[in-house]
Amino acid sequence: MQTPRPGRLAARLASPLLARLSASSLAKAGALLLAVIVAASLLAPLISPYSPVEPSGPPLQPPSLRHPLGTDRLGRDVFTRILYGGRIVLWVVALSVALSAAVGVPLGLVSGYLGGRLDRILSMVMDAVYAFPSLVLAIALAAVLGPRPENAAVAIAVVYVPTYFRMVRGQVLQVKASPFVESLRALGLPTGRILRRHVLPHIIQTVMVVFSLSAADAVLTEAALSYFGLAVTPPTPDWGFDLYNAKGFALQYPWLIAAPGAAITLLALSLALIGEGLGETARQGG
Amino acid sequence: MGLLRYVAVRAALIVPSILILYTIAFLVLRVLPGNPILAVLGTKNIPPEQLRQLEHELGLDKPLWRQYLDYLWNALHGDFGKSLVVRGRSISADLKERLPATIELALAGLLASLVLGFATGVPAGLRRGTKLDTAMRLYGSITYTLFIPWLGLLLQLVFAVWLGIFPVSGRIDPTVGLHPLTGFYVLDSIIERNWAALRDVVAHLFLPALTLGIVLSGPYTRLVRNNLAAVMESRFILAYRARGVRESRLVLHALRNALIPVVTYAGLQFALLLGGAVLTETTFDWPGIGTYLVEKIQYRDYPAIQAVVIVFAALVGLVSLLVDVVYALLDPRIRY
Repeated sequence: MQTPRPGRLAARLASPLLARLSASSLAKAGALLLAVIVAASLLAPLISPYSPVEPSGPPLQPPSLRHPLGTDRLGRDVFTRILYGGRIVLWVVALSVALSAAVGVPLGLVSGYLGGRLDRILSMVMDAVYAFPSLVLAIALAAVLGPRPENAAVAIAVVYVPTYFRMVRGQVLQVKASPFVESLRALGLPTGRILRRHVLPHIIQTVMVVFSLSAADAVLTEAALSYFGLAVTPPTPDWGFDLYNAKGFALQYPWLIAAPGAAITLLALSLALIGEGLGETARQGG
Repeated sequence: MGLLRYVAVRAALIVPSILILYTIAFLVLRVLPGNPILAVLGTKNIPPEQLRQLEHELGLDKPLWRQYLDYLWNALHGDFGKSLVVRGRSISADLKERLPATIELALAGLLASLVLGFATGVPAGLRRGTKLDTAMRLYGSITYTLFIPWLGLLLQLVFAVWLGIFPVSGRIDPTVGLHPLTGFYVLDSIIERNWAALRDVVAHLFLPALTLGIVLSGPYTRLVRNNLAAVMESRFILAYRARGVRESRLVLHALRNALIPVVTYAGLQFALLLGGAVLTETTFDWPGIGTYLVEKIQYRDYPAIQAVVIVFAALVGLVSLLVDVVYALLDPRIRY
């Protein structure tokens, strides 16, 4: 039996995923929204002539042709800050999801496959963290690490490791009992190879759904950390932080809170729609 | 007898999870380099003898493992130590003051989310496949991704500031003269028959509960919709229909069945409720454990933060125990 090369493996995983994505209109809508947000953030310098940290007009201006979302209390263009703020949010979310998965998935694989005492201890720790309010733990971690986007990413990552662990472990336990894996073991294949080449591809579809949904959660958690000043320091633009700073002015200058809040929700929504769409098609046996 | 053993076993399992979380919190907080007292006081000009005296007073000169065990032992006896920041202030007293506020908000939020969940889930379940159904499911997806401080702020602006229907923040207007007995103001005002206070307390509770309720209602919409749909198609409903029972009574029967998964889900998602309550509290200046935690984190008040973590872990553990007990009561097969 020929085992596929890594590149081929990735391609073999991607095409059913894309097929599933295009099968769900929910997922397509989410993917489109996400693409728009990512593109806008990356292309920020091309879209806006202003700087997100330097004042570019009189402070507290309502939306106008020059400043489509107005200016904040320091005279900075709000639209520009939203665009550049998106970079921070996307960076933190991407980093935290990657870290969580990088730690949680292998741990779940190994723990589920090997079982025994390691599995029992690991499961107990993971369950304890999973059951605990994630925001509280993330706040405590981020406060200790200091207000930098990378630290916020680590704090969020730690909180979501149990999610990946539990999901992967559950799937592994299911697959482990199957005659398919039994025959592989009978053939004498080493455990590592069984896990990597045969078990992993089966569960990757479910991992992708959890990926999107926990990314949506991570956006909201990052926004909360940022809101408490635990993710960035001024003058760095970040949606949650900007929302917090605009609170005092919200009465007379409501656009200052409309923009950052809407951005947070739209990004989280796009990821959630993708996740739900993928989940739907998975349930339909796609 | 089987039920008692089951409860005992499940209760015993809470202990390790509280220990694990306490350990994580303890380690995380101690990882911070530098002297915690200096971090709090901010000055580096304290003469070393005075610094040592302060450290000794606060028990910070003992070895780490000693501090770990001492704190745990005291906590088991209900003594959560003294605040590092507010000299001499008992943390247990703080918690006793603040915990009812958070629980009251959490329960109100849960109630709101259930009401909204049923209000959106029932029409969707009865009219599956229609535009209404899709709209309700979209409602579920969107509400879950709303950022709580943002939603709270918007509701505050519209209903409290512009329309003036509800108060902007806080828990109670001091002039209504409530003498808190339990700390649950709704209960206390009923006990005192202080109806002005009751109106005031509910008014203050409304917007925060609504905010929390909206954000958490999404999953209930789906749950109610799916369960309602499934039951309405079941054979026993068919039998009722054949006997000519009115449609509205059928729906009521079906709803009772949908209640069980909803209640169990509510129990399982208690942690989410607590997390949401923390965010809601900071938005509405609600004097609960959420605002307490954020304050203490800013001031690096370690013993207070540890206490909050322990309390939260215990709360979550208790609620999941409750859910398990309810399960066991409903299904006699689940015993040890």
